[in-house]
Amino acid sequence: MSIFEYNGSALVAMVGKNCFAIASDRRLGVQLQTVATDFQRIFKIHDKLFIGLSGLATDAQTLYQRLVFRHKLYQLREERDMKPETFASLVSAILYEKRFGPYFCQPVIAGLGDEDKPFICTMDSIGAKELAKDFVVAGTASESLYGACEAMFKPDMEPEELFETISQALLSSVDRDCLSGWGGHVYVVTPTEVTERILKGRMD
Amino acid sequence: MECVFGLVGKGFALVVADTSAVHSILVHKSNEDKVMILDSHKLMGASGEPGDRVQFTEYIQKNVALYQFRNGIPLTTAAAANFTRGELATALRKNPYSVNILLAGYDKETGPSLYYIDYIASLHKVDKAAFGYGSYFSLAMMDRHYHRDMTVEEAIELVDKCIIEIRTRLVVAPPNFVIKIVDEKGAREYAWRESIKDAPLSAV
Repeated sequence: MSIFEYNGSALVAMVGKNCFAIASDRRLGVQLQTVATDFQRIFKIHDKLFIGLSGLATDAQTLYQRLVFRHKLYQLREERDMKPETFASLVSAILYEKRFGPYFCQPVIAGLGDEDKPFICTMDSIGAKELAKDFVVAGTASESLYGACEAMFKPDMEPEELFETISQALLSSVDRDCLSGWGGHVYVVTPTEVTERILKGRMD
Repeated sequence: MECVFGLVGKGFALVVADTSAVHSILVHKSNEDKVMILDSHKLMGASGEPGDRVQFTEYIQKNVALYQFRNGIPLTTAAAANFTRGELATALRKNPYSVNILLAGYDKETGPSLYYIDYIASLHKVDKAAFGYGSYFSLAMMDRHYHRDMTVEEAIELVDKCIIEIRTRLVVAPPNFVIKIVDEKGAREYAWRESIKDAPLSAV
């Protein structure tokens, strides 16, 4: 089994009309055994920037701690929050630093940039950025997620419809993957508010 | 194979570990204590390579004590768990420890808690957890019978069910177990469950 599939994960981010949504599954496993069903994979960097980390849980936790540290330093020096594009470049640089001994993580970054324009991107474990205008996916269920998102996505969705779409895409994809699932965790972010919801799917 | 498991009840947390010290086919002793008392209100049950287990848990114990000497107040359970994870994570890509840890503690403000820390430094706060081959049986038993806010009597009944299941179904089942509890009154040994007693030393 690949080291990326050791803990199991599923992540997806989608762009809507002046908003974005980022969703993850909730399973923490050790290969075939499920350890916890409330594992947090999506982290808030600031009110308009979220990062989801799929892959090996220990590296996701270490990487998250390093990124929060770097962002807090940035806030102290610049006296403002980081833009999503800048943060994506930071994550990419940190991952490439470990080119020959990488973190086994695939981040999904979603944020509202200048003039609250939604920004999403993903990258591989050594920092190759992949910008997208519609959706990005990561994790053990990524292949199913690509299919589900391609079928269900349409541009310029309002927050409520975006939430429905991303939830259906996530739940139907993790149902085809034994290593991810046990519910979902969805954040829908608009310029004025952040809505966090827990989904109940097939609990297996 | 080493069995460690633990659970959180109403105002207390339990950690149970087998007490066999095994080397290949030989059982060196059957009363090896694998649940270390970190400080007045913390327990650390550990399983894995014997050298690493003893060395790492003692290292954590001494550092927890050092913090208390330097700062005059004890670490919270969450802080101790994150410190432990940090040590494991730092060593992971240099000289990894092969120790799985269940850290249970009682804090006045937040009550009892249990932390699952993998040998590759994945940290998660849980209500019930287990390591080793015994986990297949104890986790299943706990999934069936565990509920939140169990009393000590109910929890010990559940622990006994798990031990019976391990003894019945695991081919190299350890004969003896130690149960330790941590609650408002502190961390202490609760009971032993022995089916084989070491022969007492006799004078020549």
